[in-house]
Amino acid sequence: MSDVVLRVKDLQTQFQTRAGVLKAVDGVSFEVGRGRILGLVGESGSGKSVTGYSILGLIEPPGRIAGGEVVLKGKDLTRLRGEAMRQVRGAQIAMVFQDPMMTLNPVLKIGTQMIAAVRAHDKVSRKAARARARDALAKVGIPSPEERLDAYPHQLSGGMRQRVAIAIALLHSPAVIIADEPTTALDVSIQGQILAEVRRLADETGTAFVWVTHDLAVVSSLADDICVMYAGRVVESGPATDVIASPRHPYTAGLLASVPAEHEPGTKLPQVPGSTPSLANLPPGCAFAPRCFKAGPACTTTPPVQQFEDGRTALCHYPIEPVSCQPLSSTSTTYRSAS
Amino acid sequence: MPAALLDIDHVSKRFVKHPNLGERVAGLLGAGPKTEIVRAVTDVSLNVAKGEVVGLVGESGCGKSTLGRMIAGIYTPSDGKILFDKVPVAKEQGRRTQKLTTRVQMIHQDPFASLNPRIRIGDTVAEGPVAHRIVKPREADSYVADLLGRVGLDPTYRRRFPHQFSGGQRQRIAIARALAMKPDLLVLDEPVASLDVSIQAQVLNLFMDLRRDLDLTGIFISHDLGVVRHVSDRVAIMYLGRIVELAPTAELYAAPNHPYTRALFESVPRVGVGKKNFRPIAGEIPSPLHPPSGCHFHPRCPFAGPRCKREAPPLTAIGPGRFSACHLNTGGTD
Repeated sequence: MSDVVLRVKDLQTQFQTRAGVLKAVDGVSFEVGRGRILGLVGESGSGKSVTGYSILGLIEPPGRIAGGEVVLKGKDLTRLRGEAMRQVRGAQIAMVFQDPMMTLNPVLKIGTQMIAAVRAHDKVSRKAARARARDALAKVGIPSPEERLDAYPHQLSGGMRQRVAIAIALLHSPAVIIADEPTTALDVSIQGQILAEVRRLADETGTAFVWVTHDLAVVSSLADDICVMYAGRVVESGPATDVIASPRHPYTAGLLASVPAEHEPGTKLPQVPGSTPSLANLPPGCAFAPRCFKAGPACTTTPPVQQFEDGRTALCHYPIEPVSCQPLSSTSTTYRSAS
Repeated sequence: MPAALLDIDHVSKRFVKHPNLGERVAGLLGAGPKTEIVRAVTDVSLNVAKGEVVGLVGESGCGKSTLGRMIAGIYTPSDGKILFDKVPVAKEQGRRTQKLTTRVQMIHQDPFASLNPRIRIGDTVAEGPVAHRIVKPREADSYVADLLGRVGLDPTYRRRFPHQFSGGQRQRIAIARALAMKPDLLVLDEPVASLDVSIQAQVLNLFMDLRRDLDLTGIFISHDLGVVRHVSDRVAIMYLGRIVELAPTAELYAAPNHPYTRALFESVPRVGVGKKNFRPIAGEIPSPLHPPSGCHFHPRCPFAGPRCKREAPPLTAIGPGRFSACHLNTGGTD
C-alpha cells in the first residue's frame, strides 16, 4: 500500500476506574490506504468503537490515550489539542455514528445543519454552502436533494437520515471517515443500499473508510481489509477475502464458524464456549485462551504478532495452518480476481 | 400433515389513533388531523402443526411482531380469529383463557428489558408456575434449579440479580422462565438479535436442543434470514402486514418465488460471497399508515405492471406446501 492516509500505531486507550486501569485499546496498529475500506470487527467490549473514538480524539476523562500514535497524512493527531484538533476533525477526518437521530439536531432543518458544518471550516457564503450541501446529498443518493434541505430529521426515514449523516461527513472531502456501526439499526434492504453507496463513494472519491462493526457478513461484502479485535487487541488482520476464506486466529475461525447461514439447517452450530471476558480481569497472556480450542501451555504468556504472506498477521502462539489445497471452485476464483 | 396446533384464520390487526380533544375541536373547524389507522397485519392465515417451527421474516413495519403478539394473546385481532388447540386465543378473559395463556409463552428480543432488575432470577422464573399452580411453592426452588440447569446455567445462580449476568445468560434466563410454564407453543420475537455472534450460536443451539427434548412448537420471528433458515421448518416472508410467501425452508431458500423474497435474498450481505455482489432493493419501505394500493410491493418491484396497482394478489398455492402472493403466478401483471 503506497498511499497510506491513516496509520494507527500501537494505540493505547485506558480508562481509570475504581476497579483499576482498564485497557480498552491495548496496542492497536493498522493502516488504511486511499479509497480503501477497513473493517474493524469485534464483539461488544472488544474496543472497536473506542479505537474509532480515539482516532478522532473523542476520548474524555476518565479515559485517556496513554500511548501510540494516530498519523493522518503525516500529522500525529494524538499530539493535537483543542482548536488544532477541531481544525482537523470534520475537515480531514469525519465520523458517522450508529444512530443518526443522535447525530442530527431534531429542531433544525437538514440544510441549516449542513450549512453550519460547511462554514465551520470554510469561509464561504451561505448560498455557496447550501449548494455544497445539496451536492453532498445528491452524492449519497438522496432523491430531490433541494427539498430535503428544508426537511427536519423526523421527516426522513432511518435510512435517509443515515445517508444525511454520511453526506455531512463527506462535506469537506475528508481523507478518512470513521463509521461506527452505521447500518446496524437499519433494515437489510436499506443496509444493502447504503453499503453499495459507500463502496461507490470510496472508489470514486478516494475517501478511506474505517468501518466499525460486529457483522462479519457486512465486512465480507464491503471491506478491502479486516482487523479482528478481541479484548482491546487486534488478534488478526489482512485482506478481507483471505481472512474470511482461511482465518489464522482461532477466534476469527470461531466467529466465522458460528454464522448460521454457512451450515446445514438444523445442525448443531459450532460455538465459541464461554463469554467475552471483562476488561477488569483479563486472563494473563492471551485473553482468548480460556475459550480457545487450540490453547496450550504457552498461552499464559503474551502471544507474539505472527506475520504471514500477503501482509496478514495473527496474534497467537498456535495459529491455524492455512487451507493449503483450496478447491478451485468458481466462488474462490472470483474472490481472488476481486481483491 | 398432523392436526394444526395453531390455526390463524384471516387475521387482521388495526391500530387506530383517535384524535385527542384539542385535535377534535380543530377537526370540527376543518383543520385538525383525522383518525389515523395503521394496518399492522392484514388478512393473514397460517397453520402451525404440533412440533413444527415456523419462521416469520420481514423488515420493520411488516407486522411480524404484531402477529407474534396476537398469537401470544397480548393483542386481540381486529378481524379473524386465532385458534390454539381449537380454542380461540384471548377471546374473553375467562378461566379458560387464563389456562390457555400458560400454554403459549413468549420470549422477547431484549433480555435487559424483559427481566425485572430488582427481582432475583430464581423468583422471576418461579413466579409464573407458582401462581398457576404448576408447582407447589415449597417445590419451586428445586424446580427452578432444574430449569436453570436445563438452559445451561449454574443452578446456584438463582439467588442472583439480572445485572450480574451477560446478555447471553439473560436470554437463557428468559427461556427458562418461558419453559417453566410447560408451554406447548413458544413465540420467540428476535431472540438472538441483540446478542454477539458467538453467543448467538450458543442460544440457537440451546433452542434446538430444547425443541428436540421437549417437542416444542415455535414461532420464530427474525429479520435474519440465516438464523431463520437454521431453526425453522417453514418460513413465512412478510411485507407491510401481509404474508407474501410461505414455503418449506429448504425449498424457499433454494428457489424463492416472490419478487420481494428474491430481492431480499440478494440484498443481504453474506460471509464469503465476495464484495462486489450487491444488488440492493431500490426505494424505501412505505409507511403502514399509507400503504401503496394493490400489491404493497409494487412501487419497488422490477416486474410490476398495471394490475399490481389495482388489485392485491392473494396468497395462492404454487406447489405442494408452497404459497406466494404475486400476479406473476396467476396470469401476469397487465
